[in-house]
Amino acid sequence: MSVTVQQADFDAGAEISALGGDGVGAVASFVGLVRGAGIAAMTLEHYPGMTESALAEIVAQARGRWNLLGVRVIHRVGRLLPGSRIVFVGVASGHRHDAFAACEFIMDYLKTQAPFWKYEETPTGGRWVDARAADDAALNRWRES
Amino acid sequence: MNVLYFASLREALGRSGEDMILPAGVATMGALRDHLATRGGAWIALTQTKNLRCAINQRMVGFDAAVGDDDEVAFFPPVTGG
Repeated sequence: MSVTVQQADFDAGAEISALGGDGVGAVASFVGLVRGAGIAAMTLEHYPGMTESALAEIVAQARGRWNLLGVRVIHRVGRLLPGSRIVFVGVASGHRHDAFAACEFIMDYLKTQAPFWKYEETPTGGRWVDARAADDAALNRWRES
Repeated sequence: MNVLYFASLREALGRSGEDMILPAGVATMGALRDHLATRGGAWIALTQTKNLRCAINQRMVGFDAAVGDDDEVAFFPPVTGG
């Protein structure tokens, strides 16, 4: 179970391979990318210290809900160009249901609870990205179930 | 206490944080927010930021949370990572 916040890119294939092991029958993963539509670059700001503890707390909650054998979360910070990888979540479990569900749960919580903020550079100037109501709705789904 | 500001709020205030003594009569994060907003000018961003969030000692809390002079506190807009 490990969480990393870093500027450097990551190798999703290597991270997925590293999640294999005794009893692992399923690995689900998610990679988030910088959408290129109309932006020149995106800068990720975060709250050092709180970011890592918030991600660790989210992983601990996922482990409490599903039977997980491994979890890896990587989130990049700093200035990223369109198409760049931003975030990796990989979850290993005995069977696919736990891995799929926990991977989606971790992303939904990360989107609304981890202290990251996106700033977009566009041809007409910069702007902070607004939070989306759909992300809060995705989180509430887990609270009701 | 240490007060931190992030993202659009940091930009609006022109600073990422400050050391200050917890003002007399300020017991909660909401009261601290309102106290800072009385500085006027750009500081009204603290009461005008939509869905402003806050944290005490690196944990997200509500504005009714009790705050002390030894705390690290933070104000920021809703998060947008992932």
